[in-house]
Amino acid sequence: MYSSEAEAVAKGLGLKLGKANLQVFAATVESLASDDKQVVAVVSDSRGSGKLGPFGEAYPKQLVEVGIAEQNLVGIAAGLASAGKKVFAVSPSCFLTARSLEQIKNDVAYSDNPVTLVGISSGVSYGALGTTHHSLHDFAVLRAINNLHVVCPADNYEAEAAVRAAAALDKPVFLRFGKAPLFDLGKEKEQPFEFGKARVLREGDQLAFVATGEAVIHAYLAAEALKKESGLEARVISMHSLKPFDSDAVVAAARECGAVITVEEHMVNGGLGEACSSAILEAGASSCLFKRVAIPDEYTVTGSQADIFHHYGISMEGLVAAANEMLVKI
Amino acid sequence: MSYSDEQLELKSIQLRKSALRWIKHAGAGHTGGSLSCLDILNVLYNRILNVRPETFSSQDRDRYVQSKGHAVEALFAVLADAGFFEEKELETLCCYKSHYVGHPTRKVHGVEQNTGGLGHGLPICVGVALAGKMDQKNYRVFTLLGDGELAEGSNWEAAMAASHYGLDNLTAIIDCNTLQIAGRTKDVMNSEPLVEKWEAFGWAVRRIDGHSISELTEALKAPLEPGKPSMVIANTIKGKGVDFMEDVGKWHHGVPNDEEYERAMAGFDAMLAEKEGALS
Repeated sequence: MYSSEAEAVAKGLGLKLGKANLQVFAATVESLASDDKQVVAVVSDSRGSGKLGPFGEAYPKQLVEVGIAEQNLVGIAAGLASAGKKVFAVSPSCFLTARSLEQIKNDVAYSDNPVTLVGISSGVSYGALGTTHHSLHDFAVLRAINNLHVVCPADNYEAEAAVRAAAALDKPVFLRFGKAPLFDLGKEKEQPFEFGKARVLREGDQLAFVATGEAVIHAYLAAEALKKESGLEARVISMHSLKPFDSDAVVAAARECGAVITVEEHMVNGGLGEACSSAILEAGASSCLFKRVAIPDEYTVTGSQADIFHHYGISMEGLVAAANEMLVKI
Repeated sequence: MSYSDEQLELKSIQLRKSALRWIKHAGAGHTGGSLSCLDILNVLYNRILNVRPETFSSQDRDRYVQSKGHAVEALFAVLADAGFFEEKELETLCCYKSHYVGHPTRKVHGVEQNTGGLGHGLPICVGVALAGKMDQKNYRVFTLLGDGELAEGSNWEAAMAASHYGLDNLTAIIDCNTLQIAGRTKDVMNSEPLVEKWEAFGWAVRRIDGHSISELTEALKAPLEPGKPSMVIANTIKGKGVDFMEDVGKWHHGVPNDEEYERAMAGFDAMLAEKEGALS
């Protein structure tokens, strides 16, 4: 998912390549289940893609298989949660959030059943498998549902913290995980994970990248590349929570940096960029420059996740170019 | 208290009056389907379910999820009668800021799950029944479906899962009134042959008269067969109890005008007088 130049920048910074967030999710759920027999994972023929095979072997009574039936997955999860189980409903995000949207809306969120919905292989993780398997609508549709946290962790620390926080919350949560190994972005001691609270990964006052999920590392590397290239100090914010949304962090970035670029592995409509733009406008901070880097309103090009990121500029190189183009206007 | 069959028949008429009264008061509601399922709800709440207002939060209670949420007026009439809330609260049914919405919501004491969109009740109940098995609890789980509702594919996903997991603590009931909003169910999307379909999905199935207190009691008092989920197909009449509404599709969500309302209530009163006379 990274160009050789980006990897070189990461290594130069001493960043360590960790696991895929999906693997961290599976290990964390296994850890939770060992302490609490009420923890249950519900899967739709997705224990393999969810890395839950070992979980199923270790805790067979805590894994419910529903077969390829995502509506049923979410309905059953809601019923289990209403009877006291701590439920993780796990399915590829493309199916979980489109095929089961009414169940998410009614059975989970509206009925306030504390299910943690886990969208795996999200965004364009499935790459060349194409549009049927891409999940580029999930922020948009789930942001429009009341009583549901929408969370997209950027690295292994955020992933584990988000799973544990969701299990402890006793409210409906959607967690979005990708498949690519991710660099550890650090800073957890200074800024512990909290739903609705953005994490500032890099300080800066000349530009702000506000990014989410697997796009965050690219923004981080771009900020470092800009520093090396032109001495520019860019702030990097991991906006892991699309809901609840940390408007204050975005508005502060707009006011203090004067230029904001949002970055997300999601269609441009209804995602992080729109959430940020409305926060900035409502706060009266709209004098800042603003650009959304996301998948445009088109069927994505064929290729791996890395190819698709590169094509649409969700990459260190693409974000450096976007920043330079924007800052020429100042 | 325990009721005789005759007393429950009497209560069904009173509950139908209540449902129709509040539909008329609200000026909105699903009349036909509420009247068709009232005997089923009456038997469930007064004979079968281990559910009481004072113990509703108990994890050991039986669960009833009304999948056909549009028949909420029947549910509210039964819950009020069972003491979950004062019936006069239904004066706010469908009013601004009322919790008594035109579909079941958990803000109303006694409602297990929010329903309204069709095809949701059975999957939820599979989850509740699975949890009961996991926790070795003895509660039973019930849901009420419409025959038109069976066109929603989620029902069949849940049907497969219920038999796969041998959920004999789960009973589904079909309020089979053969009508849906667009016409005869057999013409809109034929769901028959229901017995064969549910048997093929691994369920124990019984088809009964859904207006017979004794047949409902017999079918619902215990799981039909160990190791299998139970399906009770209750043959009912849409608009049951009001001569000009019975088996007439337009009363799916028709609200009677003043004259129709008086005529319907007079009909119920005549039935009550006859029943009360027979009982005294």
